[in-house]
Amino acid sequence: MTLNKNLRVAATAAFGAVMMVGAAFAAVPLYDLFCRVTGYGGTTQVAMGEAGAVLDREVTVYFDANTARGMPWEFEPLQRSMTINVGESGLAYYRATNTSDVPVTGVASYNVAPFKAAPYFSKIECFCFTEQTLQPGESIDMPVLFFVDPLIDEQRRMDDVTAITLSYTFFETETGAAIRGDAAP
Amino acid sequence: MSADAATHDDHTPSLWDWKRWVYSTNHKDIGTMYLIFAIIAGVIGGAMSGLIRWELAEPGLQVFTGEDTGWGALFGNEHNYNVVTTMHGLIMIFFMVMPAMIGGFGNWFVPLMIGAPDMAFPRMNNISFWLLPAAFALAIISLFVPGAGADNGFGGGWVLYPPLSTLGHSGPAMDLLILSLHIAGISSILGAINFITTIFNMRAPGMTLHKMPLFVWSMLVTVFLLLLAVPVLAGALTMLLTDRNFGTSFFDPAGGGDPVMFQHLFWFFGHPEVYILILPGFGIISHIVSTFSRKPVFGYLGMAYAMVAIGFIGFIVWAHHMYTVGMPVDLKAYFVAATMVIAVPTGIKIFSWIATMWGGSIEFRTPMLWAIGFIFLFTVGGVTGVVLANAGIDQSLHDTYYVVAHFHYVLSLGAVFAIFAGWYYWYEKIFGVKYNSLLARLQFFFFFVGANVIFFPQHFLGLQGMPRRYVDYADGYEYWNMISSWGYVIMAIGMLLFFAVLIESMISRRKGEANPWGEGATTLEWTLSSPPPFHQFNELPKIK
Repeated sequence: MTLNKNLRVAATAAFGAVMMVGAAFAAVPLYDLFCRVTGYGGTTQVAMGEAGAVLDREVTVYFDANTARGMPWEFEPLQRSMTINVGESGLAYYRATNTSDVPVTGVASYNVAPFKAAPYFSKIECFCFTEQTLQPGESIDMPVLFFVDPLIDEQRRMDDVTAITLSYTFFETETGAAIRGDAAP
Repeated sequence: MSADAATHDDHTPSLWDWKRWVYSTNHKDIGTMYLIFAIIAGVIGGAMSGLIRWELAEPGLQVFTGEDTGWGALFGNEHNYNVVTTMHGLIMIFFMVMPAMIGGFGNWFVPLMIGAPDMAFPRMNNISFWLLPAAFALAIISLFVPGAGADNGFGGGWVLYPPLSTLGHSGPAMDLLILSLHIAGISSILGAINFITTIFNMRAPGMTLHKMPLFVWSMLVTVFLLLLAVPVLAGALTMLLTDRNFGTSFFDPAGGGDPVMFQHLFWFFGHPEVYILILPGFGIISHIVSTFSRKPVFGYLGMAYAMVAIGFIGFIVWAHHMYTVGMPVDLKAYFVAATMVIAVPTGIKIFSWIATMWGGSIEFRTPMLWAIGFIFLFTVGGVTGVVLANAGIDQSLHDTYYVVAHFHYVLSLGAVFAIFAGWYYWYEKIFGVKYNSLLARLQFFFFFVGANVIFFPQHFLGLQGMPRRYVDYADGYEYWNMISSWGYVIMAIGMLLFFAVLIESMISRRKGEANPWGEGATTLEWTLSSPPPFHQFNELPKIK
């Protein structure tokens, strides 16, 4: 009798512990979702089409490019900055060149600074949505089509946002690196 | 129960029968083993901090020179300094404070205080203990196998952040450490389940939750924190393990992961963990202050629910450990506010201890000295904690010696002083012999002075900008570092006195009394002989 009572409490407690392990793993998709919804860490938004209205407030967008350690690409923006009106679509290009003698597949991670502007920075089209494969020595110009959401004008705490830096970092996809046999540096 | 079984129950096996310990299902024997284990681990972890203070006594390299002659080769190079700081932290947390507080005092006194014959699951109690030496062995082995390149051991800090713990340490040392912490975690979770069941189901008739001694309350809150926090660490460690060995990329941006997510998971465990380390101490201190003031503890219900509140808030403040990862200012504001709220229930506890002493008939016996030392030092650590809670100030103080000083004031001086307070409060009860209180008081004074001389100057170093986790430092930091290292020598003498007390009492064998503390000691363990019978409370006590 007591043992059954004890087992019931113990089983409940054990269930709680197992649920917390589950919660730890559930954090993976939830964290991703949280970043995309809130713009946490400068996660930008994805838009289906252009913004409705164009305001006469100007924002300067700066472009930044990085490559991860061991990534054999040269990667640079083709324009240093661009001044657009809020709501107006901007088209910028980045150039990537494979400097190695093997094909390399890369994928870019991205964010914007200041982080608080991320919920209002929308991309319509971006090379960062898909993987890019470059043959040895190949160079391509990659577009990114974006706008700053007119809703930014309705938030008083966004009034000081006059410049936004858009940053990309190219990583070699793990499968490609593994095939070349130099996975982790 | 037949007469035969009754006589068998009274029979205490010999101290020298190995089966008594290896097969033990007795909560008091298991508690004693936990305490001995904690002492051994504490000596190893303490020796490691000695190497750290020796290295940092002067600028330049003293100990971790990497030279292949004499002492130098023994301790290795700069990487091994980082290994030693990492392992000092992990050993002190997982293999010293937790086993002493929860496994040691918890196992000994939770059943005694609630009037139970033993823990709810005695055999599970056995495996909880014996998993720990296995985990500790794995952690020690990790010191001697390659970690980063050809250098042995994992040197990425006790927080195990990737990418240092993934790409940065490709050797097997980190894998062994992950396994070690997994096993220590399983031990903790099994222990937590056991305590929860014991406290909920095995209280003596009449002992309602609101009549439970505060130490039992503190253990109840602690084991709930363990049950909910440790599995999250287990999950994060498993992700590290698969990132390292099976090609997943939970924390690798190249595969769509995020290293900052590890920090969130780690501190979701890590912040409750620091309360796990200190809450049992709160319980111990309440008993001691009440006993030696000859007054019931002031505001019993407030004390109990303050611990519940601390436990709850402990789960919603984790990101104050990572203000510098790049958080939106609104999020920082939330974590600053939530963190500062912790000062309220903690303040309730401090003020209630003082109110317990107020107007009491105070006796400065050995445990009371440690308890008052605890209250003072923990308050100092609490005040610097409120300073660090501010995201703006933390931007400058993050990962400096100010943080090191803060958490050593609450842990090395807070939790450790609470452990020694409990040790000298219950020594006679556990071992059945009296200790020499002059030696024990001397130990207290060496510890109190030594610990303050070690850690108070580290506030200054931190404010001047000296960062953590570096083997060397700029010449300007030498003055206070040298003083800090001398503090270690003072504290080490205190540690020798600790063993002197132990050995002296075991040689002279002065028979312990059931209750050496007089009318102030009111909990059930003092109604039993010292040491208590091998099996107690065959007739359950009735609580009025």
